[in-house]
Amino acid sequence: MKLALGPLLYYWDSEKVNAFYDTVARAPVDIVYLGETVCSRRHLLRLDDWLEVAEKLSDAGKEVVLSTQTLIESESDLKTLRKITSNPNFRVEANDMGAVRLLANRVPFVAGPTLNIYNPQTLQLLSEMGAMRWVMPVEMSGAALADMQQSRPDGMETEVFAYGRLPLAFSARCFTARHHNLQKDDCQFRCIDYENGLTLKTREGQPFLTLNGIQTMSARVYNLLGDLEEVRASGVDVVRVSPQAYHSEKILHLFHETLEQRIPPSLALAQMEKLMPELPCNGYWHGKPGLDFVPQPALARSA
Amino acid sequence: MQPETRKFELVCPAGSLPALKTAVDNGADCIYMGFRDDTNARNFTGLNFDLANAKEGVRYAHAKGKKVLLALNTYPQTSGWQRWTSAIDNAAELGMDAVILADPGLMRYATKTHPELRLHLSVQGSATNYEAINFYHEMFGIRRAVVPRVLALAQVEQLMANTPVEIELFGFGGLCVMVEGRCALSSYATGDSPNTCGVCSPPKAVRWQETANGLESRLNGILIDRYGKDENTGYPTLCKGRFEVAGETYYAIEEPTSLNTLELLPELMRMGVAAIKIEGRQRSPAYVAQVTKVWRQAIDACRREGQSFSVKPAWMAELGKVSEGQQQTLGAYYRPWK
Repeated sequence: MKLALGPLLYYWDSEKVNAFYDTVARAPVDIVYLGETVCSRRHLLRLDDWLEVAEKLSDAGKEVVLSTQTLIESESDLKTLRKITSNPNFRVEANDMGAVRLLANRVPFVAGPTLNIYNPQTLQLLSEMGAMRWVMPVEMSGAALADMQQSRPDGMETEVFAYGRLPLAFSARCFTARHHNLQKDDCQFRCIDYENGLTLKTREGQPFLTLNGIQTMSARVYNLLGDLEEVRASGVDVVRVSPQAYHSEKILHLFHETLEQRIPPSLALAQMEKLMPELPCNGYWHGKPGLDFVPQPALARSA
Repeated sequence: MQPETRKFELVCPAGSLPALKTAVDNGADCIYMGFRDDTNARNFTGLNFDLANAKEGVRYAHAKGKKVLLALNTYPQTSGWQRWTSAIDNAAELGMDAVILADPGLMRYATKTHPELRLHLSVQGSATNYEAINFYHEMFGIRRAVVPRVLALAQVEQLMANTPVEIELFGFGGLCVMVEGRCALSSYATGDSPNTCGVCSPPKAVRWQETANGLESRLNGILIDRYGKDENTGYPTLCKGRFEVAGETYYAIEEPTSLNTLELLPELMRMGVAAIKIEGRQRSPAYVAQVTKVWRQAIDACRREGQSFSVKPAWMAELGKVSEGQQQTLGAYYRPWK
C-alpha cells in the first residue's frame, strides 16, 4: 500500500505551510495532495504558490495531486477551478461534479471523497469518464468497501482516509467567523488563529466536533493504524493521512513503518497516542458511529 | 403576466396519503413523496407510501391536474442496489411526473431503462454551481435541479444564467445549514446519515432526560441541548444544539429556526426560478395544509401585484406557528447570514 498526505484542511500562514512541505519532501510519503479545498477566502497561498510547492515536491520524487475546492459557489471559484483542471503538469483530485465535468474524458483524475461514490455503478461511471483512483467517502464501512472492491473497474485504485480529524460537513456559513460574531464576508481570516481547528464541546465538556471555517470536522482523530491489515486485505492501494499542525512527519513515519511491517501496530498506536490532538476513533470502518473506537482484538492481545 | 412568471410551481411535501390530498386541495402544483424505505431521505417509521397508497396518490393528484414527484434521493448502498432500481421501475409504472435523484449510477439506470422518465437532481446531489448542474444535464438529461440551501440569491441568478436546467429552490421549512449531501455529522454521532440511511439525527438515537440541571436531549448519549424551565424544547437535530466553544455556550452552528423566503417571492419570480419547494415530508397533514394554503395565496398575490407585492402579516403569523423554535430566517439567500 502507498502512503498519501491529504490536502491541508486548515489555514496556516505561508511560512508555516512552506516549512511544513519542506518536511514532507523528506518524509516517507508517496503521494501528496495540495491546494485549498475548504474556503476561497483563504488567500495567503494562491494557486501559483501551491504550484511552486507542487514543483518542489515533484522534484523530491512525490506524486503530486492538486485537490479542488469542495464547495464551489461563485464565478471566481469556478475560475480557480478551471485553472487547476487545465494545468498541464499535475493530476487533479475532483471534489465536486463541476470539477469532474471539466476533467472527464480529457485526463485521468482522482475522484475525491466528497463525490459520494457509494456503489459500484457510480464507481464504474466515474471510471469510464477517466477516474484512475477513488477516495472512499469517510463514512463508508470496511464491509461496504469490500463489496465495492469486488466489482472494482480495471485499473482503478482505491484510497482510504486513514488518519486525521474527519472532514464531516461543509456549509455556506463560516462557524469560526460566527464564533467571533463576524460575518463571513468580514471574517478577518480568524481561522488562521486555530491551526488545528476550534474544538466544539458538549455542555458536559466532551470534545465533539471541530470548527474549521465553513468545514465541520470530528474532534476525535480518525485512526486506522490498528486496522491496517484489514485495510490491506480488502485490496486498498493508498491510505491517506490528513495534515495537522504538529507531528505530521512522525505520524507519516509511524504509518510507513507499520505498512512496511517494521513495527507492530500496537506499538505504533502507543507511540502515536501523544502525537494526536484528541482521542482516536475508527467507528466508521467498523460500521458503527464514526466517533466510536473499536480496539482490534489482535492488538488488545499483544498489548 | 410576465413570461418568466408563467411557471412558478409550488412543490409541497407529503409523508402520507392524507397529506398528499391536503396539499392538492390547498393549492400545490406538485407534491413530492417517498416510498416506505431507505430509498428516500425521510426514512422514518410510519411515514411514506406503499405501492397502493402511491397509486392512489398519483390518481388523486392527476385527476386534479397536479403532478407527483418521487424522491429517491439517498445513495444506494452496496447491499441494496435493487431496492433503488425497483423504486425507479415503480415510479415509471405509477406514472410519476418525475423522480428526484442524487446518485449518478442510479441516474444512468433511469435514463437507460426508462428514457421517458423525467429526472430532477435532488438537493442531496450537492450541485452548487452550473458546471456541476450541466454535468448532470449532459450525462443524464436532468430537467431540473434543486439547489442546496447555501447560495446567496445573486449566486443563484448567476448559476441560472449559465444552465438550461430549471432551478427549484427551497422556500420554507427546516433549514439545513450544511450543504446537503455533504454532511456526515449524523453518522459520526449515530451511525446513520442522510446519504447512507435517509435519516439525520434519527429518532431511535434520541433520549430525553429530566435532570437536576434541566431537561436534557441526547443523541446516542451525546448531550445536544439542556433546557431551562421556561425554554421551548426542540427536536435534537445535532447541528441545532447548544455547545461550548472556547468557554462560550451558544448555538455554535445554527439556532432552531425555519427557512422562510416569502418576502423574496417577487425577486424569485423575476429571476425565473421554476419552482419553490416546501420542506417537511415528516410533518403532519395539518402542517402541509397550513403552509400550502399560505404559499398558494402569496404566490397568487405576487403574480397579481408584481413588484408592489407585500407580505401579509397574517401569512407570517401562520407560518410562524409551524416554524422550528417559532423562528424564521432567510438563510443563505441573505448573504450576511453566512
